Amino acid sequence: MRESILKLLQQNSRISNSEIAARLDVCEDEVKKCIDSLEEGGVIKGYTAVINDEALENSAVKAIIEVKVSPSRDGGFDPVAKKIAKFSQVSEVYLISGGYDLRLVVNGQTLNEVASFVARKLSTIDGVTSTRTHFLLKKYKQANMILHEDEDFERLKITP
Amino acid sequence: MDYNKFIAQHIQELPKSGIRKFFDLVNLMDNVISLGVGEPDFATPWEIREAAIYSLEKGHTSYTSNLGLLSLRKEICRYLKDEDFNVEYNPVDECIITVGVSEALDLALRALINIGDEVIYHEPCYVSYNAEIKMAHGVPVKIETNIDNEFSLDAKQIAEKITPKTKAIILNFPCNPTGATLNNEQMTEISKLAVEHDLIVLTDEIYSELTYEERLPSIASYPGMRERTIFLHGFSKAYAMTGFRVGFACGPKELIDAMMKIHQYTMLCASITSQEAALEALRNSKKSMLMMKNEYMQRRNYFVKRFNEMGLRCYKPRGSFYLFVEVTSTKLSSLDFAEKLLEEERVAVVPGTAFGSCGEGFVRCCYAMSLEEIKVATDRIERFVKNMKD
Ligand SMILES: Cc1ncc(COP(=O)(O)O)c(C=O)c1O
Repeated sequence: MRESILKLLQQNSRISNSEIAARLDVCEDEVKKCIDSLEEGGVIKGYTAVINDEALENSAVKAIIEVKVSPSRDGGFDPVAKKIAKFSQVSEVYLISGGYDLRLVVNGQTLNEVASFVARKLSTIDGVTSTRTHFLLKKYKQANMILHEDEDFERLKITP
Repeated sequence: MDYNKFIAQHIQELPKSGIRKFFDLVNLMDNVISLGVGEPDFATPWEIREAAIYSLEKGHTSYTSNLGLLSLRKEICRYLKDEDFNVEYNPVDECIITVGVSEALDLALRALINIGDEVIYHEPCYVSYNAEIKMAHGVPVKIETNIDNEFSLDAKQIAEKITPKTKAIILNFPCNPTGATLNNEQMTEISKLAVEHDLIVLTDEIYSELTYEERLPSIASYPGMRERTIFLHGFSKAYAMTGFRVGFACGPKELIDAMMKIHQYTMLCASITSQEAALEALRNSKKSMLMMKNEYMQRRNYFVKRFNEMGLRCYKPRGSFYLFVEVTSTKLSSLDFAEKLLEEERVAVVPGTAFGSCGEGFVRCCYAMSLEEIKVATDRIERFVKNMKD
């Protein structure tokens, strides 16, 4: 049940407890209890909306930034990563394998704003050895949702 | 010109599918939410569509052998052996790829039936069985299943219908339109009966993956059954591939060979694009299939709850994606219920009588619809039922 609930919330975080209960054929109380425990246990950290920025009038600028870090003897990559995560401009931070160490998503109102964040804040952090900034041009799919609409195709209304 | 003198007698006598008539009615209206479909709302999983495109790109646009691509037949036989069906066939001569289960059923009946042979089937059922038997010059013998045992089928119901002319029984579980399945005891008893009376069993297992409660292996795996079973299955439902028109039959090689004769002269082979897509479905789409199945199951749960809350009796179907809902409490016949609901609330359901006369008092609602649509549809049905009862 835990897994089914998580899956449903991931598809639609606004789904009601009563719909979850009906879908899974359990009572609403059980659903509530389960979600409470997932929240308390830190499995569910929050609920957000998937927003297609392009549909907004003044859409913001997003950049994906690759960061190379020289790890510290005590904490490895953690101290630098945690420090970077504190900036409000940074919406995602991942430690990854491959050619670089951290992958960030950084948001700003303008290109300049992001560029100056990289130059003044990010690059100057102790342990950050290099950065590469990729500005995001277009989003096609986010949070499992395809952002462009396909042409409607209507199936027959009555079939055997 | 009097065309009737040209049209074959037995075709003239064949009624048009009850679904067809209702379809014409629905098509005249706008803003209809239709629960009258018999196919998935999902488009075919992308990896399968992509495989079909790739097949075209490579220029695979020829005929295949009459039996179908050996690679697909091998994959099917592996699937039937490994995955829940528990029955083994030789891909070389015990499996034929067809244009849907529709064609497989037609081949099987035409291969088996001499004029006047009786074929037993259970109603309410898929609209084609009765007509297919007649087109093969057989005599359809129906068993009426009922809601008291959740539209399931006991061997003794079959036994009552067996005569010296009985040649075969058609089984369809999980069942369209009722969602019924058979339990182990029923399958065991039916198997014994088939062996005892030396009958062929045609088992249409097109909804087998879409079983939401305990899933039993195919009846072909029961003692004495493999040699007398023609197993019919396809990709339309579980893999959301109705438009690809691809299915298959497995059985003893003598029977498959007889079916192959008709197939080679009438259809030649199934589309190679569809066959290659089907191959991808079996190889790499289990996850997509299970995702769809899980969604159907949740919609079923929601749907059953809503119907029971509004006072329409509806047992929980164990398989397929249909709900067979009893509407007698509204004092309306199936057809009146369906027509009035369509007129007043713009929701289309299929009158139970389209699936046999014992479907009177029921309507079929399909839950291969998004839950949003199901919600709106059930809200409208609820209002309709309330008005009828007031
Ligand atoms: C029980 C049953 N058998 C066969 C079919 C036809 O399937 P296919 O698309 O494989 O021809 C259907 C389709 O509705 C069905 O419900």
